[in-house]
Amino acid sequence: MTPSDREATGLLTRPDDLVQLLDQSGIRHANPEFDRWIADVDTDALIALHRDMAVVRRLDAEATALQRQGELALWPPLAGQEAAQIGSARALHDDDFVFSSYREHAIAWLRGVQPHELLSVWRGAAPSGWNPFDKGMAIPQIIIGAQALHAVGWAMGAKWEGSDAASIAYFGDGATSEGDVNEAFVFAASFGAPTVFFCQNNGWAISEPVGLQSNQPLARRADGFGMPGIRVDGNDVLAVLAVTRWALDRARRGEGPSLIEAVTYRMGPHTTADDPKRYRTDDDLATWRERDPIARVHALLEASGADMEAVDADVKTAADRAAAELRAGITAIPDPEPMSVFDHVYAEPNSHLERQKERYAWYLAMFGDEDGGAR
Amino acid sequence: MTTITFGKAINEGLRRALADDDKVVLLGEDIGTLGGVFRITDGLKAEFGEHRVVDTPLSEAGIVGTAVGLAYRGFRPVVEIQFDGFVYPAFDQIVAQVAKLHYRSRGAVRMPLVIRIPFGGGIGAAEHHSESPEAYFTHTAGLRVIACSNPADAYVMIRQAIASDDPVVFLEPKRRYHVKGEVDLDANLADARPMGVATVVAPGRDVTLVTYGALVQTARDAATAAAEEGVSIEVIDLRSLAPVDYSTIEASVRRTGRLVVAHEAGEQGGVGAEIAASITERCFEFLEAAPVRVTGHDIPYPPAKLEQYHLPDLDRILDGVDRAMGRPNSLSEVEA
Ligand SMILES: Cc1ncc(C[n+]2csc(CCOP(=O)(O)OP(=O)(O)O)c2C)c(N)n1
Repeated sequence: MTPSDREATGLLTRPDDLVQLLDQSGIRHANPEFDRWIADVDTDALIALHRDMAVVRRLDAEATALQRQGELALWPPLAGQEAAQIGSARALHDDDFVFSSYREHAIAWLRGVQPHELLSVWRGAAPSGWNPFDKGMAIPQIIIGAQALHAVGWAMGAKWEGSDAASIAYFGDGATSEGDVNEAFVFAASFGAPTVFFCQNNGWAISEPVGLQSNQPLARRADGFGMPGIRVDGNDVLAVLAVTRWALDRARRGEGPSLIEAVTYRMGPHTTADDPKRYRTDDDLATWRERDPIARVHALLEASGADMEAVDADVKTAADRAAAELRAGITAIPDPEPMSVFDHVYAEPNSHLERQKERYAWYLAMFGDEDGGAR
Repeated sequence: MTTITFGKAINEGLRRALADDDKVVLLGEDIGTLGGVFRITDGLKAEFGEHRVVDTPLSEAGIVGTAVGLAYRGFRPVVEIQFDGFVYPAFDQIVAQVAKLHYRSRGAVRMPLVIRIPFGGGIGAAEHHSESPEAYFTHTAGLRVIACSNPADAYVMIRQAIASDDPVVFLEPKRRYHVKGEVDLDANLADARPMGVATVVAPGRDVTLVTYGALVQTARDAATAAAEEGVSIEVIDLRSLAPVDYSTIEASVRRTGRLVVAHEAGEQGGVGAEIAASITERCFEFLEAAPVRVTGHDIPYPPAKLEQYHLPDLDRILDGVDRAMGRPNSLSEVEA
């Protein structure tokens, strides 16, 4: 058998070794080890988690639509991964630090990133959208896996300074093949860095099934590096919250890094430029639709006697507001000034670039129009 | 002759190479079932099987490093780096291993690798998707660096690159992938212009304009525009960035006395700097003006809405030509 023969979802569908607290029908299962990590999650907290997920799903749909309308150059949709992102982000403290990839819009949203800050990069208007130190979240990473090392370095520093803050690195299943991610595992384990490696195994790296990256569950890799690895149902927001709190707690108590593999699914295309029809089946999609992360919380709330009319109305209001903010956010992103291409290349003056900039300004001035545009 | 796109021409070149030599294997991310994010390898896995067209794990160092091992075993690997900005994780394997093994083994080990990289900007892409990394590779002894500019060349040159016993960094100007041109699919490699030779794509008298990749078309447009103003530009498509075919450039500059080099990559330490310096050394006495470079700025590739202010376009090339010609230009008042 070659890797590409392997069932695309073969590694994803083994339910046995997944931490799951809430199944796909919305039934809550007791778990002696992990229940205590979510003992505080009462009905109100559950309603809030449900609302968070519904709001980011709407944001995602809205951004996808904005891309189709030509307002954004590109968008990597998160649909399907709401529980993995919301559950893990809700486990973080304010002074923890997030190092993410490019699909973690829900994390950014919970860290207080404003819509225009989130969208400016995807609109092609700015090289980055926010100040990492304001949000406790690094600017997103496109180079697959590079951020895992950054998270470890941050955590090493935090540890050396005696802080109990932790870092969390988000990356995909594909990223686990990159050298950087494996080197991050080595450094984190060797230095006991307070880092949580959070792998969103969404089944695919563009067109490549996870079976091409690994012939065993990704969480098991942790063992060889000398840290615990845990697989969690990534569509179960309660389980994700619980295991992330567990891992962060270990980190804070000086027990070092852990690897979480959140088993989930990318419902949409890889990005709006991708065509998943070329490589995946409708059956696959249907299977995962039944595992919807939001529907199961909805079902649990219903079963626990919550006022669902109020819940639904509240979600609608919150989602509508977020969507309106997002659309308004687009108009808050001005087209950048031509000469701004030279800004921030260096922190200190650079005579070579100053000269180049001056000469380019003279060039633009030839065209004489107000904004200095050459066309 | 058949009319196909640049992208399809490379696809046909790869198909032909796979058919002609069963030691040719393709490796890369998403190149199999998907046919590559640009569809350059479309249909090849179905035709040749998954041991000839291999979807690899997501690891550039892994792709190039295992290609080195395959070459040791006698294969001729053609690897695809998905986008220019993703070649850096493989950088060590390319510059420290691929480039040097022939030398280090005193010729015993051949590295007939082709490293295909869609390069350059102008497609409104996200960061790390529009870079021009050629100078890193031209600075490394042991590598050949090729940048083709049109479908006919693409079809022949990818086959030449695969046939070469030296490792070739094969740069594909991604913004030209959809441009169509005439290609002779029966072209015989033995009769084809060697890939190390530059081409005069538009003859001219007054100034020599050297460029490569996507800017070749822009340079031709500039030549057409300049002709209307009575300036005759000779456009040279470099094709090979390492080694550079200096004899073609020299012959041209000896006639025109003026040189402009244009590229998207930054100015500092770029291919243009190299050509300007070499031509100055080689034909100083024929030059009537200092060589001029028209390049991208020395900045990280900017966001999509700013790329038009970074990439040399027709106007910037014409301004550079005016500078070389001593005609009124952006600098003439301020630097007079
Ligand atoms: C070093 C590098 N190589 C290739 C790419 C192109 N690329 C972008 S996303 C992607 C797949 C990533 O898959 P995964 O890590 O599973 O994350 P997902 O997108 O599924 O969340 C690839 C190959 C890249 N961005 N960086």
